Amino acid sequence: MKNTLCILMVLVLLGTGALFAAGQQETGLTKVGIVNLPPEESGYRQANVEDMNSVFSKANGYDSKQTNTGDNSEQIAAAKGYIRDGVDYLLISAANATGWDDTLKSAKDAGIKVILFDRAIDTAPSNYQAALLSDMAFEGKKAVEWVLSLGLDKINLILIRGQMGSAAEIGRSAAVLDAAKAGKLNIVADGTGGDSWSLEEARKVVEAAIAAGKDFNVIYAQNDGMAQGAVQALEAAGISHGKNGKVKVIGFDFNRFALRNVQAGYWDADMQCNPRQAAEISRWIKSGNIPSGTIYQDELLLTTDTITDEDIQNWGINADPGKGVITR
Amino acid sequence: MRTMKRSFSHLVLPISILLLLIIINLIKGADYFSITVVNGAFYGNIPNILFGASELVILSIGMTLVTAASRGQDISIGESATISSAVFVLFVLQAGEVTLLVIVVGFLLSCVVGLALGAFNGILVSVFKVQPMIASLILFTGGRSIAFMIDGKLSPILANDISNQIGTVIPGIPIQTPIILTVVFIVCIAMLFKTTNLRLYVETVGINPNAARLNGINPKKIIFLTFLIMGFCTAVAGFIAVNKAGRHDSVNLLKLIMMDAILAVAIGGNPLIGGKFSITGSIIGAYTIEVLNRTLLRLEIEPAMIKVFKAVFIIMLMIIASPVVRASIRKALDRVRTKNPTKGSAAMVSMVSTMDMIGEKGE
Repeated sequence: MKNTLCILMVLVLLGTGALFAAGQQETGLTKVGIVNLPPEESGYRQANVEDMNSVFSKANGYDSKQTNTGDNSEQIAAAKGYIRDGVDYLLISAANATGWDDTLKSAKDAGIKVILFDRAIDTAPSNYQAALLSDMAFEGKKAVEWVLSLGLDKINLILIRGQMGSAAEIGRSAAVLDAAKAGKLNIVADGTGGDSWSLEEARKVVEAAIAAGKDFNVIYAQNDGMAQGAVQALEAAGISHGKNGKVKVIGFDFNRFALRNVQAGYWDADMQCNPRQAAEISRWIKSGNIPSGTIYQDELLLTTDTITDEDIQNWGINADPGKGVITR
Repeated sequence: MRTMKRSFSHLVLPISILLLLIIINLIKGADYFSITVVNGAFYGNIPNILFGASELVILSIGMTLVTAASRGQDISIGESATISSAVFVLFVLQAGEVTLLVIVVGFLLSCVVGLALGAFNGILVSVFKVQPMIASLILFTGGRSIAFMIDGKLSPILANDISNQIGTVIPGIPIQTPIILTVVFIVCIAMLFKTTNLRLYVETVGINPNAARLNGINPKKIIFLTFLIMGFCTAVAGFIAVNKAGRHDSVNLLKLIMMDAILAVAIGGNPLIGGKFSITGSIIGAYTIEVLNRTLLRLEIEPAMIKVFKAVFIIMLMIIASPVVRASIRKALDRVRTKNPTKGSAAMVSMVSTMDMIGEKGE
């Protein structure tokens, strides 16, 4: 008796849920389900989550929900929930690249368009409509082009990698390793900041290079925190850097503190990794003309000479220390 | 002579490991100890090691006490430090103009937070008898999210001169500030143990809480107290770390440092199941880990392999230091001694006595 009652109640609840869902469709808003990683994962993700929330808002004609979790199975469960809710578009930034096949197929069967952002998924391209990604190899190439364009007599570079094996590390290292193989530059030290892209580890890599008496004139750090650690090591050792300095420093990710350091000539350059895919995806949806396959975002490289306040305002992520403030 | 040997015998393991690493470094380059003066501060491998290990040293002191009394480890120390330093940064940034007073008050505030977090873990462990690792798992899981909220969902920047001087050097003082703070901290802890019976109480509780209770020592209070001290340690470590970094990165600040802190306790010759402990050993252990990390960089091991090398090295150390190996070495030496009672050269005698010292540790 009790069991039947329970089942009845669940059915009633589900029924009302369906009614609500049907009711919302009539409002004319585009229904979007967003499966994303949690904002506390990184400054990049924080900007990414905010951007999704602000672009896919009621004011812009969207009825969107966002799930933020770093657990792949929770992400899949959330995606399935959105499919059941009958969203029009499903936007996914996956925690793991694998395990998504069934979910993506059922979305396709339900007529839902799946757009991947920031992170690719290992699956047949027919399982999703489009993927808007950052091309880490492009970022690396652009950064290395900048290094080669500095006009140094001989480039002796310290490479500070991020988490070994991560997409960002592989892409951003590849260009440097290729250039070294082609004899265009010389890698004098090759280190890593470890799994947490650690400032302290990066500092130790540079300190070890200094202690070994290595001569170097470029630091290529694969994120801003590690570039900061590297520069701390230079400061402590009394080695000049930045504008008019001996060592040229480049970081990645466009943290605002890093951009301010570039602006002040304390560092030399920073390479973007753009977390703001929402506007582009919204443009696709509004125009009804969604491309298929993988689309790479165009990303910027800013140097002390080219950087402006607007760039920092528009493209930077994380807290802004203010103009002229150097984060040592 | 014999008594002196006895009182230092527990340090043979950590010191011999450290010496081994230093020898490797000296083989790689004889200038290992050279120190120069850069911008009015000492610069070289030794200052770099002392500078880099400061947070780890402070945390391993707290970890030693927690381990000794509660027979378990606190795995939330990096997260506690992140939360307490987030409060410090929040206070400093809302103060507008940053003066020394603001920094000091902010630091004290972060200490209060650190103590509160320590008390949280401490109550779970002492009153509710939750296993320390499980109790601290709560903060380990949720701590960084809490810090992220305190940070206002951003990584706030701490770009002011005083913070910078705390993280680097104060003009006119030739030693980097984190090193000075670490020394001051060690002295404070040493004074605490000199003036109180804390060591005796902690060891008693760690060896047998029931016996301690029958002797009038409240194990709950002692365990709680060690977690409070741990909380204070995390606040100080967080303070140093955030001033070094110049900004509060709630995601990566002191991430996974508990692994190194627990390792420092183990290298220090402390049993991880509680009881007798040596803070000096843990401190040497912490510096040993720092030297090990830097040795791997000095040997230019490629980045993909560096963790493997570290793991292999640590396993070798632990096996050499294990009671089984030590006992068999002692037995072998005993045999040599009884076979050649008269032929023992001076070198052999000194070697045997060293092995004796190692052996005593196992007893």
